[in-house]
Amino acid sequence: MASGVKPRVKVPKSAEAGEVVTIKTLISHKMESGQRKDKDGNVIPRSIINRFTCDFNGQNVVDVELFSAISTNPYFEFEATIPEAGDMKFTWYDDDGSVYEESKSIKVG
Amino acid sequence: MEFTRRDTLAMGLGAAVLSMVPFRASAAVDAAVEAFTGGADMAATGIELTAPEIAENGNTVPIAVNAPGATAIMVLAAGNPTPGVVTFKFGPLAGSQSASTRIRLAGTQDVVAIAKMADGSFARAASTVKVTIGGCGG
Amino acid sequence: MKFKALTAAAALLIAMPVMSLAEPDDDHLVINGDLEIVTKTAAPAHMEETGIDTIMSGWHFRADETQQLEMDDFDNPGMIFVDQAIDSWNAVEGSAGKSCASCHDDPSSMEGVRAVYPKWNEAAGEVRTIAMQVNDCRTTRMGAEAWKYDGGDMASMEALISVQSRGMPVNVAIDGPVKAVWDQGKELYYTRTGQLDLSCASCHEQNYGNMIRADHLSQGQINGFPTYRLKNAKLNTVHARFKGCIRDTRAETYKPGSDEFVALELYVASRGNGLSVEGPSVRN
Repeated sequence: MASGVKPRVKVPKSAEAGEVVTIKTLISHKMESGQRKDKDGNVIPRSIINRFTCDFNGQNVVDVELFSAISTNPYFEFEATIPEAGDMKFTWYDDDGSVYEESKSIKVG
Repeated sequence: MEFTRRDTLAMGLGAAVLSMVPFRASAAVDAAVEAFTGGADMAATGIELTAPEIAENGNTVPIAVNAPGATAIMVLAAGNPTPGVVTFKFGPLAGSQSASTRIRLAGTQDVVAIAKMADGSFARAASTVKVTIGGCGG
Repeated sequence: MKFKALTAAAALLIAMPVMSLAEPDDDHLVINGDLEIVTKTAAPAHMEETGIDTIMSGWHFRADETQQLEMDDFDNPGMIFVDQAIDSWNAVEGSAGKSCASCHDDPSSMEGVRAVYPKWNEAAGEVRTIAMQVNDCRTTRMGAEAWKYDGGDMASMEALISVQSRGMPVNVAIDGPVKAVWDQGKELYYTRTGQLDLSCASCHEQNYGNMIRADHLSQGQINGFPTYRLKNAKLNTVHARFKGCIRDTRAETYKPGSDEFVALELYVASRGNGLSVEGPSVRN
């Protein structure tokens, strides 16, 4: 696991049934591009988050494939439809096999 | 506003340099587009790409894409060493087929977004982003 | 003749966006929709001889896209490091078995601190920056290792402490026991260094608003530090910035945490007396 990885997500605490809400996510990660060289001239191997998913009660909202052109500390903003109360689950997949997860509950009504 | 001859020459030169910016990785861009679209034609409408005209720093450039009715949107940076940026696939609970993120651009270049529509058609939008080379910053 | 007109037209097209950047803008900074930040105000009395009558946060010198990153704490990547610092705040370290929280409770107890530092410490008989105070706590009270003066742990902790005072006016003391150090800082501010023979004042007093290559020169205010820079995608401390500036004049620089940089920090901070504490800010 890359060091100091910390997810942040911004999700409303409640919504009307069927409401479309804005979701923001940010995770601390170097997103080493694989294009840089170290002091000795050796290429620093790529080490990025390569996939991010957001699901609500098991149904997918967005499934994102990331490449090395995504900036350090990857940020995403998108919209989700909230059909009923439940849990929004966020998952980030690291090149090194680590998986970072975060979950937020949304009430309806 | 007045220009000295020297100013005008210098600015003209700047314009010439800008128009000659090399667009690298065109083969890789073509391959990525081919893989995404299967070589299908792309409409010029149906997708919106928002990117700054001038980026203050190429390391963090905010972009947004919006393609109502799309199932997926792929974003490419045509002038980066590798063109891949991000691909959004929208699930059944997506509230819209839009998303924003922050990307790296190695220099002044075109950012390209291609949407795959639910009916299997494709739409394309592109935007040139000028990346400035800073002085000191701050 | 025709050619000349065309070239002039082309020059105009190219020049326009750059020209529009050449003055600091009049935008208004409100964070999270409710936290008003004073980013322009009357210069403090001690700046009378500088010819600057309005002091401005570096925020005004940035492009709209960069400015927006600071208007919402979720969009501000610097806040990631504030979150990390909360973990450090609560982490027990060192031989005394203490954390920051053991003595200071919640980080909100630091409200007002960022606004008045660097500040005279009577017991130690010296001017102290927040970083010096943090390391003093770590070594003498916690029995822990000092953090690197301008390292990531310190920058994050400074951001956490700064956030508690956001919106409060910077108000560092410049007289009394700190006077000698403030004078030293002022002297350094106007001292030219390096092969380029530039002082702080050359850029940030005489040329703010102008472009240095593609970069828009600010007044060099430090009310927004620590600063998340898009360039290196991390928090940057005041002393690291000083070091960068002096290096850019092609000089050997003072070290972060040195007496010289502490004095310079006090003086530069005092040029921002009246601006709101803004850190962690976002810059290019």
